Amino acid sequence: MEAKELLFLFIAIVTIASAGLVAFSNKLIHSAFALMATFVGFAALYVFLSADFLAVTQIVVYVGGILILILFGVMMTHRIYDTTLKTIHNPLAMGIISAAALAVILGLVIYRSPWAATVDKPFVPTTSIIGAEILTNYLLPFELVSVLLLGVLIGAVFLARTEEHKK
Amino acid sequence: MDATVAFFYDLIPALSNLPDWLSYTIIGAVLTVGAFLFIAVFALIGIWLERKISGHMQDRLGPMEVGGWHGWAQTIADTVKLLVKEDIIPEKADKFLFKFAPFIMFTASMAAFAALPWSARFIPANLNVGLLYILSVSSLVVIGILMGGWASNNKWSLYGAMRSAAQMISYEIPVALSLIVALLLTGSMDMQEIVRGQAGGIFNWNIFGYFPLLFIAFIIYFIASLAEVNRTPFDLPEAESELVAGFMTEYSGMRWAFFMLAEYANMFVVSAISTTVFLGGWQPIAPFLDFIPGPFWFLGKALFLVLIQMWLRWTLPRLRVDQLMYTTWKVLTPFSFALILLVSFIKVL
Repeated sequence: MEAKELLFLFIAIVTIASAGLVAFSNKLIHSAFALMATFVGFAALYVFLSADFLAVTQIVVYVGGILILILFGVMMTHRIYDTTLKTIHNPLAMGIISAAALAVILGLVIYRSPWAATVDKPFVPTTSIIGAEILTNYLLPFELVSVLLLGVLIGAVFLARTEEHKK
Repeated sequence: MDATVAFFYDLIPALSNLPDWLSYTIIGAVLTVGAFLFIAVFALIGIWLERKISGHMQDRLGPMEVGGWHGWAQTIADTVKLLVKEDIIPEKADKFLFKFAPFIMFTASMAAFAALPWSARFIPANLNVGLLYILSVSSLVVIGILMGGWASNNKWSLYGAMRSAAQMISYEIPVALSLIVALLLTGSMDMQEIVRGQAGGIFNWNIFGYFPLLFIAFIIYFIASLAEVNRTPFDLPEAESELVAGFMTEYSGMRWAFFMLAEYANMFVVSAISTTVFLGGWQPIAPFLDFIPGPFWFLGKALFLVLIQMWLRWTLPRLRVDQLMYTTWKVLTPFSFALILLVSFIKVL
């Protein structure tokens, strides 16, 4: 158990440190790459909670999809030959207000949710359970999300095409 | 993990007397070093073979001098050269990211080895979501390429990295979809479960399931995986005639060698995936050949596919960028969607 706790501490430190780097790094591109360590750290924490499918999906969606989108965004929208790209700092007052609001929300969530001290259940593969639940109990939300995503997809294609026609 | 630990306890009974954390650490370290050695040896032989094959296909000899017989020691000599080469980092590069990029790429390629089934009993990590795990860690490779391309502060590197990322995320879609076609047949993402479902000779392999539907899925996977590992005809990210060497332009010595190792490791990984999912993994060609151990079949099939990749490299010209995008979005993706629909209909009926 000792080794497991050490591993957990290591992962937690890496996750929090890289999250800090994302927030405080002066170079935009460093923040974007530090986000990778945060996402992978989260996946590792999911493994600790015996959520194998969620952990792997986390990497596929966030690292393989969203992070690459962010990197493309950063690289395409700025002067790309300049590696000394600086993050723009927002006004202090607005930052404090939004941070306080977030702290209140998170505090409420943490205070109200029932916490289990340890996960002592044996590991159960979750993939088939998730699949069955999505297609029975949660069918309507699943279908709604699918339709929404289809709409987004068509919208994105439409936007990309009209821009091409203008040229 | 438990199966692997049991396998090692069988092999070396003394291990089970140690405390759990120590024996787990030892087993993990041995597996990691083993995977690294395998990649290194595979790259050594692979690079030599590639040069010999390309030589013969172009009606020349290839390396002949070093080591005597057909220049077998050429890559070993090259490795020594790379080890002692100066490590050059460009003045205006982003130094930290520049140093870090090869490690990310190599780690991502090596992580995939954790879930490859070598035989009926030996798989480093028997994950319930094995196939999805391999797909997910291989998406980390893109990050390493983008990092190296950006940090080099060189336009060729950045162009190469951008092309590579665009290509890899586009081709991930037909890769995943064609694997789903096979998963419909097996009903599990557990690598061992997939292999076990194909027992009983060559005609029970997934590639001949619902003939010719899964055969088409295999072809789609093979084409898309060529693009995922940046091999010809999809080697635009490193197109030497237009981009010098793509994202690797500024790299030299061991850092460059790590990119190369990762590339060869990826070649093996995609071949191993198609071996597992479509070609029956460690199952023999016919049941009576059962006495030959699993790793032989697994390695043999995977290396055969690697050989085909090398053969194609010297047969096909490079695609243009628009042809590349046309192939993935308008040919491979719709065809794999059609296959998924067809196979699920047949399965339900």
